[in-house]
Amino acid sequence: MTDETQELERVPLHSLHIELGARMVPFAGYAMPVQYPLGVMKEHLHCRARAGLFDVSHMGQVILRPRSDMAALEAALEALMPVAVTGLPEGRQRYGLLTNAQGGILDDLMFANRGDHLLLVVNAARKAHDIAHLQAHLTDVAEVLPQTDRALLALQGPKAERVLAGLVPDARAMRFMDVMSLDTLYGPLWISRSGYTGEDGFEISVPAQSATEFARALLAAPEVEPIGLGARDSLRLEAGLCLYGHDIDETTTPVEAGLTWAIQKARRTSGAREGGFPGAETILAQLEAGAGTRRVGLRPEGRAPMREGTTLWSSAEAGETIGRITSGGFGPSVGGPVAMGYVPANQATPGTRLWGELRGKRLPVTVCALPFHPTNYKR
Amino acid sequence: MKYTEEHEWLRVEGDVVVVGVTDHAAEQLGDVVFVELPEIEAQVAKGDEVCVIESVKAASDILAPVDGEIVEVNEALVDNPALVNEDPQGDAWFFKMKLDDLSVLDDFMTEDEYKDFLG
Repeated sequence: MTDETQELERVPLHSLHIELGARMVPFAGYAMPVQYPLGVMKEHLHCRARAGLFDVSHMGQVILRPRSDMAALEAALEALMPVAVTGLPEGRQRYGLLTNAQGGILDDLMFANRGDHLLLVVNAARKAHDIAHLQAHLTDVAEVLPQTDRALLALQGPKAERVLAGLVPDARAMRFMDVMSLDTLYGPLWISRSGYTGEDGFEISVPAQSATEFARALLAAPEVEPIGLGARDSLRLEAGLCLYGHDIDETTTPVEAGLTWAIQKARRTSGAREGGFPGAETILAQLEAGAGTRRVGLRPEGRAPMREGTTLWSSAEAGETIGRITSGGFGPSVGGPVAMGYVPANQATPGTRLWGELRGKRLPVTVCALPFHPTNYKR
Repeated sequence: MKYTEEHEWLRVEGDVVVVGVTDHAAEQLGDVVFVELPEIEAQVAKGDEVCVIESVKAASDILAPVDGEIVEVNEALVDNPALVNEDPQGDAWFFKMKLDDLSVLDDFMTEDEYKDFLG
């Protein structure tokens, strides 16, 4: 372990990562495994072909427990997100977006209806912010309870169901975005059928004290390899999924980010619970008229990856940039460079040829539909 | 073989020096997916960025270790960047340089010194 990770928080699986030969790096205040001896490329391909185990314990798990009834909590949470919370059935999870008064995104998250409470999973880097935000706005209707004694593991890939069902047979019956709580040998597990790779898979919250034992049981399956944050990033990029702080932030709206699918009809103009969330004026207007800029997929035509910050131009000679890449790298399953970025709406049509400036040279990139790699969810 | 603090190796072949990256550098880079090589006959100065290496994780440069002229480049790396990970101190050499004075190589680390440098 290197000096730079000494001051960082440790996840419950820290010793197991070291034992597995992980390279640990600082990430959002935690020492996290960026890769194992297999390496980013093979880890990525293994996850797409079989199953990968990810430690995402740095993410925030927050229970919102209503003080009186769930309906009041759901309504209060709807006042923070352009997303339908009311009506989400028990045992189901949904993607959510906390917005600010300008319509920008404060964080993206998952929330699940677990009967008598909601469980949120938020980004590591936004955990402290989100908890303060939720406490400031929900304290009359709910207790905001960060879960600090649990690990969060993700088991992803086409063999994930078979592997998890070996330990938890009930997992087999779950569909994409179902959630379930279960008492097991490893203590109470909170399972969702979801992930951040574009593959079928599960995220499993497990008590910290039994997390290593549970992880070892999953790793004992011949289909499973441990996967680090490096491959997690290339997998989510190929799946066209946003990374907060990069592809979305307080200056991008859900419409600009192409996340309109996350805004249910009930919250839109003429919906049953129209508006009433921060930035509603901007977001609803953009839903009607479209946004001036759009997040798009980009395929560099050459072999050189174009990374975050690469400027985009409408021609090889143009004098002004039209946008920039917000995530980019090599896509191991695509077999070439892939990227996402923001461009003017009139240049966001798939097939549009743009230019990215790399080390002083402008190289062609083509706007393309997302995802780069087909998703494989169990609907 | 001589070694630089930038984790390059230098091997003398007649009056030219063959340059590549060390095993340690290749491991640190991770899976290499793209290599850009210098122009043949380019005159380069010590410290010039002469090659670009992109791994799955990040972009890095190879700096010219000394002043000289690029006389040959390893085109095999362009077609198969993974060679850098497979055989960094052998087949995956990057370029050959012609130097005016080979004695400048005396300043670089020996293998033992490089091992000490890595710690």
